Amino acid sequence: MIKDDRKYSKTHEWAMRSGDSAVVGISDHAQDALGDITFVELPKVGATLKQGKECGVIESVKAASDLYSPVSGKVTEINGSLETAPEAINSDPYGSGWLFKITSLDDAEFAALMDAAAYGTFMESEA
Amino acid sequence: MSYIAHTDSERRAMLRQCGVASIQELFAAIPENLKPASFDLPEGKSEFEVMSFFEHLAGRNYVHLTDFVGGGFYDHFIPAAIDALASRSEFYTAYTPYQPELSQGTLQAIYEYQTAICRLTGLDVSNASVYDGGTALYEACQMAIHATGRRRVVIDGGVNPIYRKMLYSYTANLSIEFVEIAVSHGQSDRERVFEALDTATAAVILQNPNFFGVIDDHGDIVNKCHDYGIITIQSVYPIALAFLKTPGEQGFDIATGEGQSLGIPLSFGGPYLGFMCARKELVRKMPGRIVARTVDIAGKEGFVLSLQAREQHIRREKATSNICSNQALCALRAHLYLSLIGKEGLKDVAKLCLNKAHYARERIKAIPGVAVMDSSPTFNEFTVKLPIDAGECVGRMVDHGIAAGFPLGRYYPGMEKYLLIAVTEKRTKFEIGQLAETLECVVCQ
Amino acid sequence: MSVIYTKSVPGRRGVKLPGCDVPVDHEIPENLRRREDAALAELSELDVVRHFTELSRKNFGLDTNFYPLGSCTMKYNPKVMEKIAALEGFSQLHPLLPQLYGGCMLEQGAIAVIFELEKLLCEITGMDAFTTHPMAGAHGELTGMMLIAAYHKDRGNRKTEVLIPDEAHGTNPASAAIAGYEIVTVPTGDNGMLDIDTLSDRLNEKTAAIMLTNPNTLGLFNSQIEKVAAMAHHYDAQLYYDGANLNAILGKFRPGDARFDVMHVNLHKTFATPHGGGGPGAGPVGVKRHLEPFLPISRIRKRTDGTYALDYDYPKSIGYIAPFYGNFAVCLRAYAYILLQGRQGLIDVSEHAVLNANYILASLKEQFHAPYPDRCMHECVLSAVKQLEAGVHAVDIAKALIDYGFHPPTIYFPLIVKEAIMIEPTETENKETLDRFIEAMKKIAYKALDDPQKIKKAPKSTPVGRLDETKAAREMDFNYIDCKP
Repeated sequence: MIKDDRKYSKTHEWAMRSGDSAVVGISDHAQDALGDITFVELPKVGATLKQGKECGVIESVKAASDLYSPVSGKVTEINGSLETAPEAINSDPYGSGWLFKITSLDDAEFAALMDAAAYGTFMESEA
Repeated sequence: MSYIAHTDSERRAMLRQCGVASIQELFAAIPENLKPASFDLPEGKSEFEVMSFFEHLAGRNYVHLTDFVGGGFYDHFIPAAIDALASRSEFYTAYTPYQPELSQGTLQAIYEYQTAICRLTGLDVSNASVYDGGTALYEACQMAIHATGRRRVVIDGGVNPIYRKMLYSYTANLSIEFVEIAVSHGQSDRERVFEALDTATAAVILQNPNFFGVIDDHGDIVNKCHDYGIITIQSVYPIALAFLKTPGEQGFDIATGEGQSLGIPLSFGGPYLGFMCARKELVRKMPGRIVARTVDIAGKEGFVLSLQAREQHIRREKATSNICSNQALCALRAHLYLSLIGKEGLKDVAKLCLNKAHYARERIKAIPGVAVMDSSPTFNEFTVKLPIDAGECVGRMVDHGIAAGFPLGRYYPGMEKYLLIAVTEKRTKFEIGQLAETLECVVCQ
Repeated sequence: MSVIYTKSVPGRRGVKLPGCDVPVDHEIPENLRRREDAALAELSELDVVRHFTELSRKNFGLDTNFYPLGSCTMKYNPKVMEKIAALEGFSQLHPLLPQLYGGCMLEQGAIAVIFELEKLLCEITGMDAFTTHPMAGAHGELTGMMLIAAYHKDRGNRKTEVLIPDEAHGTNPASAAIAGYEIVTVPTGDNGMLDIDTLSDRLNEKTAAIMLTNPNTLGLFNSQIEKVAAMAHHYDAQLYYDGANLNAILGKFRPGDARFDVMHVNLHKTFATPHGGGGPGAGPVGVKRHLEPFLPISRIRKRTDGTYALDYDYPKSIGYIAPFYGNFAVCLRAYAYILLQGRQGLIDVSEHAVLNANYILASLKEQFHAPYPDRCMHECVLSAVKQLEAGVHAVDIAKALIDYGFHPPTIYFPLIVKEAIMIEPTETENKETLDRFIEAMKKIAYKALDDPQKIKKAPKSTPVGRLDETKAAREMDFNYIDCKP
């Protein structure tokens, strides 16, 4: 499932913008590929992230996947409930399974992310 | 000697199935010019001949000296049931328990071993073991460096010098700074350790009892370290933990140690057992295998390797460590030892070691010209200062059938006259008397 | 079955210790004592014997079942080697003894074992010098990478990268990374071989080493290896041989002859020392002459009078990587194995390991997809992609094999083969066992299409069924906590 209210990176993270900040998560496809998620390591609040750079890790039983920030900016909030209930990423990747919020965005960077249609095409080309 | 079952006719049938006329054809991918330039090995021998040869070699090793050598590796008693159970081939011919359904024996044994190590050390989580006490300390050091993102390590001069040498070798290519603080009166030098701490320090590494045999409570150092966000690591001797304040009680983040004393023969240096455990917050930084208790699809209790996503076979160059094995059979032996000796037995062993060592200390103290370093309390090992070179003294003692201890000058320049003497529960009053009497003769010659 | 701590009865004792024959008057100062006793189990000797015997019966071992785990070389471990390792003259020898008495004269038998084993490994592999110190294969890899780092430092080379094929064992990139190198991955071509053109592109002045195993993890021998060596040496990059697959090539190919510079040998694989449920192993490292000065200390020297001495005077050495001489008792077993086998015996090992693997490949390539169907070395790689069409995965086939009495092959490795099933039968299995295995695999292949749901419920014959690994990872119950009433 791909939601069309947000944008996507080639490493399967999504970012949903409101004003100068955005919420970040991973796509339904990404959570499905990982399987049952057991642990998430998120960036620290206050950390400055660069687009496309590693900023955390998501672990499942059989795999571990680096998390790349879809946009540059400063982390303002992280989803603390994932520490005890990382399964929310599996059950609701676009909602309660969000990862962190980021601010001071770069418009050009954000614009260059894929929209839902482009992401869909990208996934087909990858498969 | 061959362990291959095939007969000629079976071989022919198999080659036919493979569609080749000879075994050589199966090796066609190896170019002619890469065939071995030489393969000059002796011809195979019978089991009887090989056994006799090794009996002869074994006979050339002096294992019947009365042993007062320790230095982290001790001649403890090993109950017969350990050999009997650990040599069950279901344990020793099994592979790593990647298929849990048919490895419940190994898995449950490791889970129970992890529990025993946690109970000994007072920490939350243990892994399934690493190679030895030295590599355990190195892995702990790496955990601290990853957890803090800092690259400076303060290490006490009382940490086993062999382990310190190993740490320096492993990190030679990694730009990690080590600050070594010499002991004072045999103990960790508080003043100089405190001076060395700062917010760039990743870890402080201590040992209890330390290499000189001195026991300590490092709680004050740990507290100070935590003010700076430093990870604290203590290397421990498991038999002493029967009585000593645990790493957990002192507030350490990680404890490591050599498990050889727990039912593993000395075997000229290995295989041994590196145990390591930590506070639960550090579990994902921990190297190696970890076994978890869980349930199967029918809800029945079972055991399985867990947190494998940290490991090299999944995480490759980003793994917490490159370690791929553990010392499973040695961990099994340690678990067997702790189960057989039990809660009271471990205290008995420790009490015997303690009292016999103190008896030896008193006997040696009475020798003219020999001084016992006793300004700090010790457990089963202690340091004495001789009037002559300790290496020379030990050499002469060997001629009397006694391995009198470890000469410290080997690793501590300036301490050429110091001897480290260890006493285990296996030494008798008579043997300790012989040690003291012979030592008196040798130093007075 | 219940964990041992639930069987504990306060006051019960397992081992009787001698009484104390010296004055019992010493106590550890109160401020240094632990508050509570360590809560170890309290059991009789028979309680312990029953518990562990029952545990052992919940294991598959090589002695109980066929164990065709690819990449692991689960071959028979001759029993005499255990008897040799248990000889008191070896098992009770203190490792610090050589430092007590002039000239190592108290342990000549043990030092001879190490020296002679090193010499034999040199001849078997074509290397110039060996060290027995590394305590496992991965430890050997790390040692090898440290040797390479020391070599480049000594030469004034600035090298930052290690090239590794994508099919390599996971330990390769992990070991190189831990030694301080960046990993550059080289893809495998459609023929299952290292892609030489890409290798050439990625090789440059920064390359410290290339790590390879040959035959590779697909069970294929790379006949272009000399070309790869020449390419590496052009940049003074060192060629590392992962000896995990040595069982395929004894007497047929020596890494040293193909200009490999460093290698490790897994004694617990090729030289039949028991795997022990995951260790201990041993991973001696061999080098060419130019790397010998960097080997870890101590080293062994044979004196002119035929006696042996330990030598520490190697100023360029990487230092200590083990407390002593490696996993001595494992090396001892391997030395015994080589003497038992001898020259022809070792050649027979590889010939039959390769024959058995090809026999399995030839017998199963109809029922399973075989990405490299023509020929293999000591192991073959199949894939469950045909069965996947019915929803049956490699793991389901693995679990179904358990109910036929076989340990499953390695699955999902190498990572580059989808639904990989990697089978290494070794040379010690007889034809009836191989035939029964082939028969079982064929039946499973049939059932996978006929009744996939049934296969997914396997295994049924084991003490537990498939385990909830997600619960395990989320709840992290690693340490048994008594529930106090």
